[in-house]
Amino acid sequence: MTYFADVAALARKDILLELRSRDTLPAMLLFVVSALVVFHFSLPSDASVTASTGLLWIALLFTALLGLGRAFTAEREQRVLDGLVLAPCDRSAIWLAKSLGVLVFLGVAEAVALPAYALFFGPVGWELVAAVLLADLGLAAVGTLLAAMAAASRARELLLPLLFLPLVIPVVVGGVGATVVDDPGRYLGFLALYDLIFAILSWASFEYVVAE
Amino acid sequence: MIQAQGLGRRFGPKRVIRDLDLDVRAGELLLVTGPNGSGKSTLLALMVGLLAPTEGEIEVDLPRGRIGYLAHEALVYKELTALENLDLYGRLYHVAERRETIGALLERFGLWEVRHQRVGAFSRGMQQRLGLCRVLLHGPELLLLDEPYSGLDASARTLVDDVLTEAAGARTLVVASHEPAHVRPLATQALALA
Amino acid sequence: MSLRNNQAVLLATAASVLLVAGLALALFWAPEDADQGFSQRIFYVHVPIALTAYACFGWAAWKALRLLWTREPRYDLESYTAVHMGVIFGILTLVTGSIWAKISWGVWWTWSERQLTLFLVLFLFYCAYFMLRFSVESGPRRANLSAVYALFGVALIPVSFLAIRLAENFIHPVVFTRDGPQMSGSMFLVFCVCLAAMLGLFASLYTNELTGKRLDARLRELREAVE
Repeated sequence: MTYFADVAALARKDILLELRSRDTLPAMLLFVVSALVVFHFSLPSDASVTASTGLLWIALLFTALLGLGRAFTAEREQRVLDGLVLAPCDRSAIWLAKSLGVLVFLGVAEAVALPAYALFFGPVGWELVAAVLLADLGLAAVGTLLAAMAAASRARELLLPLLFLPLVIPVVVGGVGATVVDDPGRYLGFLALYDLIFAILSWASFEYVVAE
Repeated sequence: MIQAQGLGRRFGPKRVIRDLDLDVRAGELLLVTGPNGSGKSTLLALMVGLLAPTEGEIEVDLPRGRIGYLAHEALVYKELTALENLDLYGRLYHVAERRETIGALLERFGLWEVRHQRVGAFSRGMQQRLGLCRVLLHGPELLLLDEPYSGLDASARTLVDDVLTEAAGARTLVVASHEPAHVRPLATQALALA
Repeated sequence: MSLRNNQAVLLATAASVLLVAGLALALFWAPEDADQGFSQRIFYVHVPIALTAYACFGWAAWKALRLLWTREPRYDLESYTAVHMGVIFGILTLVTGSIWAKISWGVWWTWSERQLTLFLVLFLFYCAYFMLRFSVESGPRRANLSAVYALFGVALIPVSFLAIRLAENFIHPVVFTRDGPQMSGSMFLVFCVCLAAMLGLFASLYTNELTGKRLDARLRELREAVE
């Protein structure tokens, strides 16, 4: 199907761009580790597992924000996004390709963050990994759409966190819940529900965010 | 092919295009002239669908994939090479025999030697020429060219002249320029924006 | 034009009558609650305001959908006005809820109140809506972005509510119990009158605000035509 060929072409382009400029991913990796170190100093010594898990999720959220802030910078220069939008492909393909790219970045960042967390704080169980993977889907889906919105505005870097944070509160709940509660199934299911709803919503409405 | 009635576009409080009527048939060449800020670029953006009208309506009888749009910016990624950029657009526009078409265009516009260079290193003239490659890549039936001559030296200008002469009659063209001398002989319609 | 004026006046009158009636009923006629006494009566104001806020956001989302479907710019103004009203009612929900918490349990805020937490999240979300609008120039682009965001808001409401319920399992709030409205017949009547009053208030304010904004736009158009 040409749709997926278009997505592949766009995703290839995003990977190529990151390999060339190599700025977003290293920044994300450094940021997440620095954040974890800062959190070590901000937690009292008798802090519970829940507290340190919560801070991990905050670190992941802000790392995602960092990455998302850069998601459309290449397109903004030279107005390339207009060029993509004018192509005959479905505009949602742009969203899908970009989200996949963000997903990959988040995955790599977590591949560094989780071992660091295990080193600094406490063991990482399968529930945490599952929750992180599920959360990534939602964060990438919603974040990419919101990043495009922010890119269209004057206040870009300021606007993205404001749009992003209220929308991802449920992700934090699902993620932390899955880690600390005995029966994580409900929370993982909730994360999957969030992913489904907001991925579909983002996919369907991207068209209206990038075109008039 | 292009029809507009009472077309208007404002940006915030400023009205850039006001109550415009247009009828461009297939094969025509519309020359749009006017000083800077008169709305030439806005008009072309409205035609290609990048902007929606705030008053009136405009209708273009072609799907997106058959329209070629040359903007003031090159609409290419600075960090990618010329070849990579054209390859991306070639894929997105489902161009048949992509590699050959790209090769031929790069050669025609004198960019074959620099095809593996990052576009960020290109001069303005080279970027403009790359833009022309991009615009012709998918063999569009409607060409919207916003200041095609800007930034070009004499030899490149001849290239554009050739493109226009070749396309006139075969395709529909809308050319916005504030140096219309080259284009006027070919134009079938002229629109002067204030 | 005069018919519309009449409609606005009628709406305002109806809303005022309902408001006065509702408040009077709530304060004087409704039976006293066994557990909480007189302070329970704020429930007749707080819950209708909350439900009206939801109605505002739902209305805004509907208008947003219409905008994206038909591309008619008037829906943008209508959606924006509805969000505006929704935020006002949302603030009132938070304030009345806070007052009720203070009266009932002596604290100005409690996370155990699901409704209140949900409204806080929504409040943040829709405040960001205004930030979005302020940072994009007016035009079809802003209308589209606002509409998409309004739709996300309405999807967020049930998801957030679910999240807040799930969060209670590990956040371990200090649980303040409050009996849900197992309302007797007369209580339910007062509640309905107050609900109708708040919805009427919304409708009246909404029409008013919309007319005002439309006049502004019209005035601007005329001014430009003269220039």
